[in-house]
Amino acid sequence: MAAWPWYLAGPLIGLFVPALLIAGNKMFGVSSNLRHLCSALAPGRVEFFRYDWKKAGGWNLVFLGGIVIGGFLAAHWGAPHDIAISAQTKAALTKLGLHDFSGVAPHELFNWHVLLTLRGFVSLIVGGFLVGFGASYAGGCTSGHAISGLADLQLPSLIAVCGFFAGGLAATHFILPLLFRAL
Amino acid sequence: MTTSPGIKTQSAGRTERGLAFLVYLFLGTAFGIVLTKSEVLSWFRIQEMFRFQSFRMYGIIGTAIATAALSVALLKRARLKSFSGEIISIPGKRMGHGIRYAAGGAIFGLGWALTGACPGPLFALIGNGVSVMIVAILSALLGTWTYGFLRPKLPH
Repeated sequence: MAAWPWYLAGPLIGLFVPALLIAGNKMFGVSSNLRHLCSALAPGRVEFFRYDWKKAGGWNLVFLGGIVIGGFLAAHWGAPHDIAISAQTKAALTKLGLHDFSGVAPHELFNWHVLLTLRGFVSLIVGGFLVGFGASYAGGCTSGHAISGLADLQLPSLIAVCGFFAGGLAATHFILPLLFRAL
Repeated sequence: MTTSPGIKTQSAGRTERGLAFLVYLFLGTAFGIVLTKSEVLSWFRIQEMFRFQSFRMYGIIGTAIATAALSVALLKRARLKSFSGEIISIPGKRMGHGIRYAAGGAIFGLGWALTGACPGPLFALIGNGVSVMIVAILSALLGTWTYGFLRPKLPH
């Protein structure tokens, strides 16, 4: 089965905001879980992590566990297929030096074997670090700011989303070409 | 014989907590399915978006915001109570100097394009069998911890 069309996927994603509000007056936002996990695993003497994570984030950690399960179920439901990206994107990525277009993430970057090459290290370890640091600093990620925050017409979220795009464009158009040229 | 009221409320509380657990687990599972079937967890789709070569991601994000905004407006107007009994309300985000939103947002954006995934998709990708994403998640935790540590010194 091909990907769900955008006009189905978008509204479905949007419905998680009212669903969580109705279920327990909870705000849809995934990145708070990173803080809850730090608080649970290694709070140290850092004030940011000294709070009752079970009370504040227990529900969200359960939601997070569900995301993993949902990913597993969806991946095994229907025949696997390549992501049908536009011909232009495929051409641009081929020109960069990408060859393998199978799977949801390119094997040339996201693979245990390339973890310690420059590309793998930057994509996974540097990228992951920036996701965690940035989402916590900004007080939310794509779900918390771009969807929940903008849906509630909050100006801080609009600034954050502009930041998301500025960073994303910089990484795509400046860092990625350097990364491929270097190897 | 009647059980003491204390025990009764305790067991009622437990049932309620168990029910809430199932509701959040169900919603999370549904979200993981949507993230996968819509392909928004794919590095390829994120590249397509940041290269402006397909309307798809913009259509998804745009209709998601519109649906959420409409629902929130209706819920606020109706002053509905959640299943947990509270009146539904959304806390506003404090603006401060706004630096945290611009700087934190840009840092997050860099990571979003490099990993090709935001926090939800990072976890959905584990379910999709991209096991190496566990490294990105651990690194994201380290990033979060570093923020918590540096927080008193950072401009917000």
